[in-house]
Amino acid sequence: MFTSFLIKYAEIGVKGKNRYLFEDALVHQIKYALKKCEGDFLVHKSQGRIYVEAAGEFDYEDTVAQLEKVFGISGICPVVSVEDEGFEKLCETVVAYIADVYPDRNKTFKVHSRRARKNYPKESMEVNADLGEVILRAYPEMSVDVHDPDILLNIEIREKIHIYSKVIPGPGGMPVGTGGKAMLLLSGGIDSPVAGYMIAKRGVKLDAVYFHAPPYTSDRAKQKVVDLARIVSRYTGPIYLHVISFTDIQLYIYEKCPHEELTIIMRRYMMRIAEHIAKETGCLGLITGESIGQVASQTMNSLIATNEVCELPVYRPLIGFDKQEIVEVANKIGTFETSILPYEDCCTTFVAKHPVTKPNVKFIRRHEHNLDEKIDELVRIALETDELIIVEET
Amino acid sequence: MEVYLDNSATTRVFPEVAELMTKIMCVDYGNPSSLHRKGMEAEQYLTYAKQTFAKLMKVDEKEIYFTSGGTESDNMAIMGCAMANNRRGKHLITTQVEHPAVLNTMRHMESIGYRVTYLPVNSYGQVSLEELQRQMRQDTILVSIMHTNNEVGALQPVEEAGALIKRMNPNTLFHVDAVQGFGKAKIYPKRMNIDLMSASGHKIHAPKGIGLLYVGDKVKIHPIVHGGGQQRNLRSGTDNVPGAAGMAKAAELLFAHYEEDVKRLYECKRYFMQEIRKLEGVQINGLIPGKSDGEGTAPHIVSVSFKGVRSEVLLHALEEDNIYVSAGSACAARKPQPSQTLKAMGMEGTLLESTIRFSFSVYTTREEIDYTLRALYDKIPMLRKYTRR
Repeated sequence: MFTSFLIKYAEIGVKGKNRYLFEDALVHQIKYALKKCEGDFLVHKSQGRIYVEAAGEFDYEDTVAQLEKVFGISGICPVVSVEDEGFEKLCETVVAYIADVYPDRNKTFKVHSRRARKNYPKESMEVNADLGEVILRAYPEMSVDVHDPDILLNIEIREKIHIYSKVIPGPGGMPVGTGGKAMLLLSGGIDSPVAGYMIAKRGVKLDAVYFHAPPYTSDRAKQKVVDLARIVSRYTGPIYLHVISFTDIQLYIYEKCPHEELTIIMRRYMMRIAEHIAKETGCLGLITGESIGQVASQTMNSLIATNEVCELPVYRPLIGFDKQEIVEVANKIGTFETSILPYEDCCTTFVAKHPVTKPNVKFIRRHEHNLDEKIDELVRIALETDELIIVEET
Repeated sequence: MEVYLDNSATTRVFPEVAELMTKIMCVDYGNPSSLHRKGMEAEQYLTYAKQTFAKLMKVDEKEIYFTSGGTESDNMAIMGCAMANNRRGKHLITTQVEHPAVLNTMRHMESIGYRVTYLPVNSYGQVSLEELQRQMRQDTILVSIMHTNNEVGALQPVEEAGALIKRMNPNTLFHVDAVQGFGKAKIYPKRMNIDLMSASGHKIHAPKGIGLLYVGDKVKIHPIVHGGGQQRNLRSGTDNVPGAAGMAKAAELLFAHYEEDVKRLYECKRYFMQEIRKLEGVQINGLIPGKSDGEGTAPHIVSVSFKGVRSEVLLHALEEDNIYVSAGSACAARKPQPSQTLKAMGMEGTLLESTIRFSFSVYTTREEIDYTLRALYDKIPMLRKYTRR
């Protein structure tokens, strides 16, 4: 029945002279998302709107599912488009449309028509009134409410006549790429994919870095991170995932530094390495899944210690979230099931029984000097052996 | 060098087996149930397979049923017999160290109204016959005991158990899960009072997806898979001709040099154990006291606990040198929970997480074992240095 979609977008509308940049990015992201769907689609801007038109057969459910993942879309309206074959024919089409879309018709409605083609024989107000009458006659259980109708039936008279009433909510946010690029520290847990998703939703393209510590973390743990990146990439497009071998750095810290500070110092090096790659690849910030107080390394004191090693801003979108709230988003975006697979990540391998919760930055800095002899060399090797995986949902 | 020491998880398929199966899949691909020549040709492979196992096990070919693998064989034996004999009683006996294919089927039987006794084992993994005798009752319809334990290689006294069971209650059926033992030991069901016996293809160099169940001709059993009535209506479903023929071929090849292979496997095991004892803080599990050379245990399995080393980490460390082993058993390794077998043998907390299983096959060479030992000498001290404090 439906042959096209009208795409509604919220914030882009208010972007002034930059507006076309955002619209073009949205068109680009929609085209990218629809590549995964069966069928050919024409995506175009016209009179301040974006339309997705299917050329021939297409899978409706699949298409909607893909559009629901495109940031920047606030609503998806499935549209029925028909040739203009006279008003009577239009009445029949509208009656049939209501029967199809609303099995339960105990509802109020309002007809809202627009006449872009001004030579159409009836004026908009006339079309509204006449169609309203036809609908009431066909479905006596329905009634008109012009202030707060359950169904707002839109009739657009252009070359063709477009009918739509349903709005499927989109994810909101802004088209990926309009906000620059950031580097996500991806661990394999529940939080970091969600953090990446939330920042990407603001139009930010994602790169990611994962710290691999064989033999303490397995190939399955690494595969799990790739799988998570792939799920996030359904929303963000391709993700460049940097896999850094971290074992030697981790063992060196283990050898030279107080055990309670191991996790903090390790995280400081992760931030440094992530920032290094970020700067080289044009990222404008780092993203982590930290949330205040969740674990010892995420207390406010600990965050001072991990934050101070970076110049780039560190975005922590989950900072005020409870675990349950994070889990809800993880479930919504489909990363939860993968995140809870039981493979050890490198943060838990050597974690102390009682890690510091209120690290003193001065002590941490002093203890880091224990590493002076070899750490630069180890970091250099880690950066040189960076394995780049381009992750994309195909 | 690649060293595969996880042969209790699965084995490499013999080239002759793959060759025969390719021919069956690409040329003689008929359905044995078809009336035409193409069907008859296929049927002959099936007959060959049944005859091969009948000869190797000294049973009748009518008593061999092909299944999708060891798990299905175990399910079929336990559920099929329990259902067919439930008017005589609802009591089943098994051990605490069975494979999940038996243990979880038994738990299912409990959930549908049967009573199950799980026999304990001693510190080297063997079940006690006295305890079995104590637990046998008039309404005991089936006893299921594994031949070779998959995690530590303990051999159960199945022959003695068979005699005991039949003496106590001739009506009680005896099932043996021989998935790990088949091909490594000579098991003759009829001489050992075994009524049902499970075996699996991929543990003996045939592919995954094929197994068999020996069902003695007097055994009362119901099918658990219903359909077109193949295999004397006990196991419906189009016959897996390539699988059955491949498994038969593998068994044939294996038994052709049975004596020397088993001797060589024991030599490998003895040598490996002797050399690994040179490391400090090492404990070999499942050995019978006073028989430190492994006498009375399976020829191909060595279970070793390395104190202070987490098994998962050691496994991945060996993987870096292309050595493949198992932490506990492959079936248990994906779920990080302590091994039931080792627990039943009375092993303590930290050692449970430090146990590695090495399992050999006819392909295992002395050179591979030396390479593995060198890797262990190299890695164990390093891994012990970096442990969770």
